[in-house]
Amino acid sequence: MSFLTLTDVSKFYGPNCVVANMNLSVEKGEFVTLLGPSGCGKTTTLQMIAGFTEVSQGSITLDGRDITSTPPNSRGLGIVFQSYALFPHMTVFENVSFGLEMRRLDKAQRLERVSAALALVHLEDLAARYPRELSGGQKQRVALARALVIEPPVLLLDEPLSNLDAKLREEMQFELRQIQRKVGTTTIMVTHDQTEAMSICDRVVVMQAGHVTQVDVPYQLYENPQSKFISTFVGKANLMRAQQVHGGGAGAAVTSLSVNGVPFQCKAAELSSSTELMVSLRPEKISFVPLGQGQVDGRVSARFFLGSQWLYQVDTPMGVLQVACPNNDTAPLNEQDPTGLQWSPDSARVLS
Amino acid sequence: MKLVARSTPWLLSAPAMLLFSSLLLLPLTLTAVLSFNVFDYNTGVKNIFTWAHYAAIFTDDYYFEIFWRTFWIAGLTTLICLLIGAPEAYVLSRMGDPWRTVFLLIVLAPLLVSVVVRAFGWSMLLGPRGLVNQVFAFIGMGPFKILYTEWAVVIALVHVMLPFMIIPIWTSLQKLDPGVENAALSLSASHFTTLRRIVLPQVLPGVLSGSLIVFGLSASAFAIPGLLGGRRLKMVATVVYDEYLHELNWPLGAALALILLLANLLVMLSYNRVLEGRYKKAMG
Repeated sequence: MSFLTLTDVSKFYGPNCVVANMNLSVEKGEFVTLLGPSGCGKTTTLQMIAGFTEVSQGSITLDGRDITSTPPNSRGLGIVFQSYALFPHMTVFENVSFGLEMRRLDKAQRLERVSAALALVHLEDLAARYPRELSGGQKQRVALARALVIEPPVLLLDEPLSNLDAKLREEMQFELRQIQRKVGTTTIMVTHDQTEAMSICDRVVVMQAGHVTQVDVPYQLYENPQSKFISTFVGKANLMRAQQVHGGGAGAAVTSLSVNGVPFQCKAAELSSSTELMVSLRPEKISFVPLGQGQVDGRVSARFFLGSQWLYQVDTPMGVLQVACPNNDTAPLNEQDPTGLQWSPDSARVLS
Repeated sequence: MKLVARSTPWLLSAPAMLLFSSLLLLPLTLTAVLSFNVFDYNTGVKNIFTWAHYAAIFTDDYYFEIFWRTFWIAGLTTLICLLIGAPEAYVLSRMGDPWRTVFLLIVLAPLLVSVVVRAFGWSMLLGPRGLVNQVFAFIGMGPFKILYTEWAVVIALVHVMLPFMIIPIWTSLQKLDPGVENAALSLSASHFTTLRRIVLPQVLPGVLSGSLIVFGLSASAFAIPGLLGGRRLKMVATVVYDEYLHELNWPLGAALALILLLANLLVMLSYNRVLEGRYKKAMG
């Protein structure tokens, strides 16, 4: 029995189904992310776990206890809101202390635990400030300390980093992960940012239109996306229509396909009987080789400098392929340069 | 150029200043001057300086009683408006869209009816044979004398003033981050604690301005006390009216009006100071 379990949870608003038969098991201490585009039902799912939104069907259990219809103020979960939702009329200390006050802890205990929580998020010096005197990142930390100080069984994070600027967001990603490791609280985060999801969590739950489409560890999700949607939503991908080429047979290590008449090989996969397939190839898995030495030749039609890497668009008989190259000491190709492209059959994926 | 630049703000605010000074400052000054003039029943107002009217007001228990009644009625009206208006504003702010507009209109609707008409409406309801006493009679109580007592005045004032309390509080509630209430709930606060410790402190400015408007308008109300308090139950505004139009003692009326203005100002400023001080410290 998992620590937190969602069983066939659905949410309807009138005739609209926002979340459909969702099943999810979260182990104790795990960091799980609900990832999906806006409107996919991930926030609704979090709200149902928090108790702010009623569950239409199904049940939620926490540590063996059914909490489906428990009111939010009896669930005792820690929640960090997207807007932080700090109490603007209370100091940082009072904000963090509020949950402990509600649990009727005496003053000495409150002081001790609030100090520990503020130390955890490196805000010891700002305890006397009011939220309006804090920067976005500091507000974020206060919200985290306020949620963690009550030692909740589960920490829920609703797009916690979306209001921060890019650099700060990256810093907070690492810090969030470190704090979660240190405290060991089971954490569920909602985000629409795939890099955020992949960099900090143990497991990603991809949602699309109210349905869970894939649950996997970040590496597997990136390497083996199970649908066209996931392969483009998580990272970049070259998607190509391919035709099945007969031969090879059941025992072969690679499957032979053709894309626009160009032979294309990829790792053997269970193929459906349809002759039209979709294959995906990550831009960073393709490398430049001298003309004629790769799988296909092409001409660079555009290039973009991204700092740590170059992103090229290469016209090939297979269509326009995106190619990403690290910005190392090799001279970058120029636009209109002809080049050969090469990749390992292992890095191409057939999408179902 | 420089001269033009410097005079532009003055020129721009000139129309408002002209309106303000001719319609407020000038009459107020004239009233103040009038209140220090000698009055004689045979010869009328004389342009001679005297403190006599102020002395008469401050030494006569009759006036003290009227001032005291005026302020407790205004205070009680404010309190009742707050007790009814704050929850009503909260409920309004939580309503869905079609209903919120409808109910907001219902709240504002009384403002469309003349105060005099509403006062006569209440006098029919509260009279000895009015609907209220009929209901009391039906359940075997009464009849009670309500009309021409302080209670009739308070009831009617609450009815008239309620929108002035609800609108400022509702506006404050609109600015509230809805997540804040959920945050308090998630930290195991009860709904009541959330309202008291999280919502109320944040809508304090609305409560403050609502209370000040209601208190100020109630303390200087004329039509309601005049029509529902009757001839005997006097409030300051009705006494001022009597002095001006029945006694023709304009200076005494002017003195009473000025004292009402100052007393009102004093009460409102100290109330403002107490509440706003607390709010300012936290919210800036």
